[in-house]
Amino acid sequence: MPGLSGRMSTIVKAKISKLLDRAEDPAETLEYSYQKQIELLQNVKKGIADVVTSKKRLQLQEEQLRQQVVKLDTQARQALAAGQEDLARTALERKNVAQTELQSLDSQVAELEQQQERMTESEQKLKTKIEQFRSKKEVIKAQYSAAEAQVRISEAATGVGEEMADVGLAMQRALDKTENMRARADAVQELEAAGTFTDLTALGPGEDDIDRQLKQLSSQSEVDADLEKMKAEIGAGSGPAGEIGAGGGQAAPGAGTGAQPSEGQAP
Amino acid sequence: MIVRISTEAQYELDESDAEQLNELDNAAVGACESEDEQSFHQVFSQLLDFVRTKGTPVPEDELAISDVILPPPDTSLEEAKAEFTGEGLIPG
Repeated sequence: MPGLSGRMSTIVKAKISKLLDRAEDPAETLEYSYQKQIELLQNVKKGIADVVTSKKRLQLQEEQLRQQVVKLDTQARQALAAGQEDLARTALERKNVAQTELQSLDSQVAELEQQQERMTESEQKLKTKIEQFRSKKEVIKAQYSAAEAQVRISEAATGVGEEMADVGLAMQRALDKTENMRARADAVQELEAAGTFTDLTALGPGEDDIDRQLKQLSSQSEVDADLEKMKAEIGAGSGPAGEIGAGGGQAAPGAGTGAQPSEGQAP
Repeated sequence: MIVRISTEAQYELDESDAEQLNELDNAAVGACESEDEQSFHQVFSQLLDFVRTKGTPVPEDELAISDVILPPPDTSLEEAKAEFTGEGLIPG
């Protein structure tokens, strides 16, 4: 049958016939096929472990970003209380970027969760099939003559071979997706390393470009809304005292009024 | 007739369902050839749903050989173009 049915089954059949050619002794063929199945099962287990590792890594990043959001929010309040609206705005812009990133991480973690579930299902299914093959192989070895056995082996091996190919395909797709996410996670980590999400007070020279990117990335209106909200809170007297907190020592109030932080800081 | 949806499961379908399956398959091939992403996804999910609803799942402890193997449900148009070509699933 040509078309889409051809592809995988042809590959499977080619593998199986090769396998059957290998050994003239049916018992040996059966053992060889069984051994291959066990190998695949091990690979699936490894694949699942891989997905779990990636998921944990993303969750760790989420945790860091969450802390960053809290920190930037606090810094914005402190800046605003000290009358430095521009500094507060930059902090809120960064908070906005971090929040957007956090949302994207959330959906990636959910996707990985799904992959993990799917692969665990595949693993279970394969286990059942292998078990079935194992008992069939004992029956074949015990009951059939060599000629009959060849036919039975061919059937059993093709059936389980198809299953193996399918599990292999499912695993490949899950791992490809994981790989894409990992690449993205690495990119986020690089952004973090480049200072995109870092402490406002640690701003140094040469960060103008990041600042520009930040402005493009962040939703201005959300930042404005946050700023207004904060102003209202502070105006109402419920905000923190009008002084930059412990972590804000370097961004001393003398850093200039209204200047962009990236321009206002000396090396 | 045993149909496998790759990465999902095997289903046992009645021989009389083959004709309709073939029609859906031809439609999927058509959508692929005209590179119409939207209609491909629509036809392809119709094809999968047809197999899922008309078919009975093959028990997990059975080692059955499929007559037809469909690509995974999350197949993209790009991937499908490599699979759905020429006569498609069933010739004729």
